[in-house]
Amino acid sequence: MKRIIELQNISKAFDGETVLDNISLEIYDGEFITLLGPSGCGKTTTLRLIGGFETADEGNVYFKGKRINDVPAHKRHVNTVFQKYALFPHLNVFENIAFSLRLQKVEKKEIISRVKEILEMVSLKGFEHKNVTLLSGGQQQRVAIARALISHPKVLLLDEPLGALDLKLRKDMQNELKNIQKQTGITFIYVTHDQEEALSMSDRVVVMSDGRIQQIGTPTDIYNEPVNAFVADFIGESNIVDGVMPEDQKVRFAGHTFECVDSGFAPGEAVDVVVRPEDVDVVSPEKGHLKGTVTAVTFKGVHYEIIVDIGGFKWMIQSTDYAAEGDHIGLFIEPEAIHIMKKSEYSGLYGDYSSFSDELEELSDADSVEED
Amino acid sequence: MIKKNLLRSAAAAPHIVWSVLFIVFPLLFVAYFAFTDGAGAFTLENITSLGEHTQTFVLSIALSIIATFICFLIGYPLAYIITTAPESHQKFYMLLLMLPMWTNLLIRTYSMMAIMDDGGLINNILAALDWGQIHLIGTKGAVVFGMVYDFLPYMVLPIYTVMSKIDRRLLEAARDLGCSPVQVLLKVIVPLSMSGVISGITMVFVPSISTFYISQKLGGGTFELLGDTIERQFQNEATYNVGAAIALVMMVLILISLAVMNRFGDDDEGGVVL
Amino acid sequence: MKLFSRLYLILIFALLYIPIGVLILFSFNSTANTGMLTGLSLYWYKELFSSPDTFVALKNTLVLALSAACISTVIGTAAAVGISRMKSKWAKKSVQSVTNIPMMNPDIVTGVSMMLLFVFVGGMLGLTEKLSFITLLIAHVTFCLPYVILSIQPRLRQMDKSLPEAARDLGCTPLQSFFKVELPTIMGGVVSGFLMAFTLSLDDFVISYFTTGSSYQTLPLMIYSMTKKEVKPDIYALSTLIILSVLVLLIITNVISARNEKRSRKEKK
Repeated sequence: MKRIIELQNISKAFDGETVLDNISLEIYDGEFITLLGPSGCGKTTTLRLIGGFETADEGNVYFKGKRINDVPAHKRHVNTVFQKYALFPHLNVFENIAFSLRLQKVEKKEIISRVKEILEMVSLKGFEHKNVTLLSGGQQQRVAIARALISHPKVLLLDEPLGALDLKLRKDMQNELKNIQKQTGITFIYVTHDQEEALSMSDRVVVMSDGRIQQIGTPTDIYNEPVNAFVADFIGESNIVDGVMPEDQKVRFAGHTFECVDSGFAPGEAVDVVVRPEDVDVVSPEKGHLKGTVTAVTFKGVHYEIIVDIGGFKWMIQSTDYAAEGDHIGLFIEPEAIHIMKKSEYSGLYGDYSSFSDELEELSDADSVEED
Repeated sequence: MIKKNLLRSAAAAPHIVWSVLFIVFPLLFVAYFAFTDGAGAFTLENITSLGEHTQTFVLSIALSIIATFICFLIGYPLAYIITTAPESHQKFYMLLLMLPMWTNLLIRTYSMMAIMDDGGLINNILAALDWGQIHLIGTKGAVVFGMVYDFLPYMVLPIYTVMSKIDRRLLEAARDLGCSPVQVLLKVIVPLSMSGVISGITMVFVPSISTFYISQKLGGGTFELLGDTIERQFQNEATYNVGAAIALVMMVLILISLAVMNRFGDDDEGGVVL
Repeated sequence: MKLFSRLYLILIFALLYIPIGVLILFSFNSTANTGMLTGLSLYWYKELFSSPDTFVALKNTLVLALSAACISTVIGTAAAVGISRMKSKWAKKSVQSVTNIPMMNPDIVTGVSMMLLFVFVGGMLGLTEKLSFITLLIAHVTFCLPYVILSIQPRLRQMDKSLPEAARDLGCTPLQSFFKVELPTIMGGVVSGFLMAFTLSLDDFVISYFTTGSSYQTLPLMIYSMTKKEVKPDIYALSTLIILSVLVLLIITNVISARNEKRSRKEKK
């Protein structure tokens, strides 16, 4: 695959505070790549560097092999869909979309036909003369996409484009964006803090935290083979416990030695063990590898979310079988359900559900949207 | 990086140059003239000679405080009553209030004179009723009346602006929590409209203390206010220095009272501007 | 309570309007008596219009107000944009405070301070006429600037910060982005700043009084010198005309803004 954009050892600080710490990333022509991470992780800054709105303190940005560090935004073949759309309030839908064509002095006839064509693509046929400030959020979003796509950029940057939409509309727009990307073949660089969105839309996901790239990979890789506790926790729900590898394909944690599929660690090496909540089977206490007491149960529709106390560590389990609070249950874990990670600076920070609460999670989600 | 930042804000450069040349320099000149004599030598005489004008200072401050206070007493209820009117009426009332405000101060003052003059309307009516004459022009009351008349809209407008922005639901919440209508006024509306009151007071007090036209016309030349004294000094090049000294002291007085007021108001909006 | 409020409103507005009403009424008086209506006539209007001074002063006032409003709007718009882009809080604050000085200072102090500057500089340059149209214009631009800037700043603050970025992203140079995107977005503030400057300049007496040359007379200055002499109803006539023009202007601007509001409300539906 052809490289279209390359970031090489980029560092950036604002007022002495490091935002990007030696980032290197290759982006291929025609792919849908997502920068994923919590607010303040540097994903938006990375996007702005590519768009030409920030300059790197150190490192280089290449576009098709040419260094573009000093090329101003208006000369880059890259267009952006902004977080709050940034539609020009004094122009109607048609003029907003035709903006870049007018600058390029494209012939009037061609402008009309191209705008018409792209309005059809984003399902806004007949909206030409509407006032953009009076459109709904979803419609504004479509105008912003059409405006950015009309001059056939090589790369489209999308900065949390669906952040302001409600859940239902968000799902629809995700599909539509994916379709547009397939149809046009344009490289999409997408920024979001929503892991579900990242997993369902992208060809590749770049997980970022604290100004560094934690992991790059396909959605399945990222979900199944997280490299450290941060990624494991940020992508989906995970129980992360301390473990020791006595030998290859054996791991001991929570007082029991399990069979597993990982190997290549030094004998006796301390590791982080990840077990996804849906991979744990609830069985009777005598049949389980582990035994514990249920401390909380929440009905989630498809399954129950059960919090189990095992030796002081709270596990989360998603099961279709009901267990009542206070029940003693056994947990059965298959070798394939166990994923082993090397110890990292994030070890011990995540993966314990003792203070877990749905409400808290939602609150902190809302916060991160605000901040971004 | 620094260079780039400078370039970004370069649009402000003409204004900054202009402000330095025509705002900062002139004020420096006031200070320079206040501390030098006619030949340009340093002296404190201008400042010390201000003792002669103590009475003018006291009178000016007293009259403008009285006028400001009356404006507040009249203007606050007026603003409140306007905010309680239906919205379409509010616009009309504010238009009525703005019309005199946009009419030249000289004309407004002069129209007062037409009424209060010895041969003016009031005295003619009194004469017609055979109630004798009253001499209005030349009294301090006439000057205060003129200030109130001229500057009342400046008090009402900022108070109205702040009051009309108060969320109506707050008032309902206060009622819900057990406030009587009077308590709603005292405990919710008054504190929330304080920033408007502060700017209203400023906007009335500053022109009142510095006026010279009102006192010339309605004071009839029987006494002088600060503005008159300054104006008189600047009619003749020999007394520029004394005039500058008075202007400087007045400015400092106003700055101090503004600072004190803002401490009271502690509004972060920086007051209301027309 | 309702009744009391209404009475209060009527009383205050009556007090505000009686003097103006009396003035208008007596401008139609047939004699020079300012206290007794002796008969209606347009005599004082004829007298006013027969004097060439009136027209010169009117022309001067309009020329001054228009030039001051144009210059201060251009400088002020650029300044508002420049200030909004300043990164350093300290620089922002100090520019803002200096800008606001003419608004906080009494007019008489602004007037005499500028007069001292002009007289001093004029003396150094050896000018015989130290005050002129130019000094008057400089003074008017100076006191209009803060009002222009203040009417634009809220619009800039409301403007989505990514609009100029979007413009550059779509191919605008920084200059194009200003004229094609930023300026149209803040246009409402620019227009109201211009109108504010124009009105303030029309209306100003105190600062003009100290900074104009003997050869440049504006309407407020003319009214002042007329009132220095004996009271005659020709000033009433002039004032009546000014009040009527202000009334017409106010009604027009209100009708326009009301109509705009109605339209935008309709579109929202």
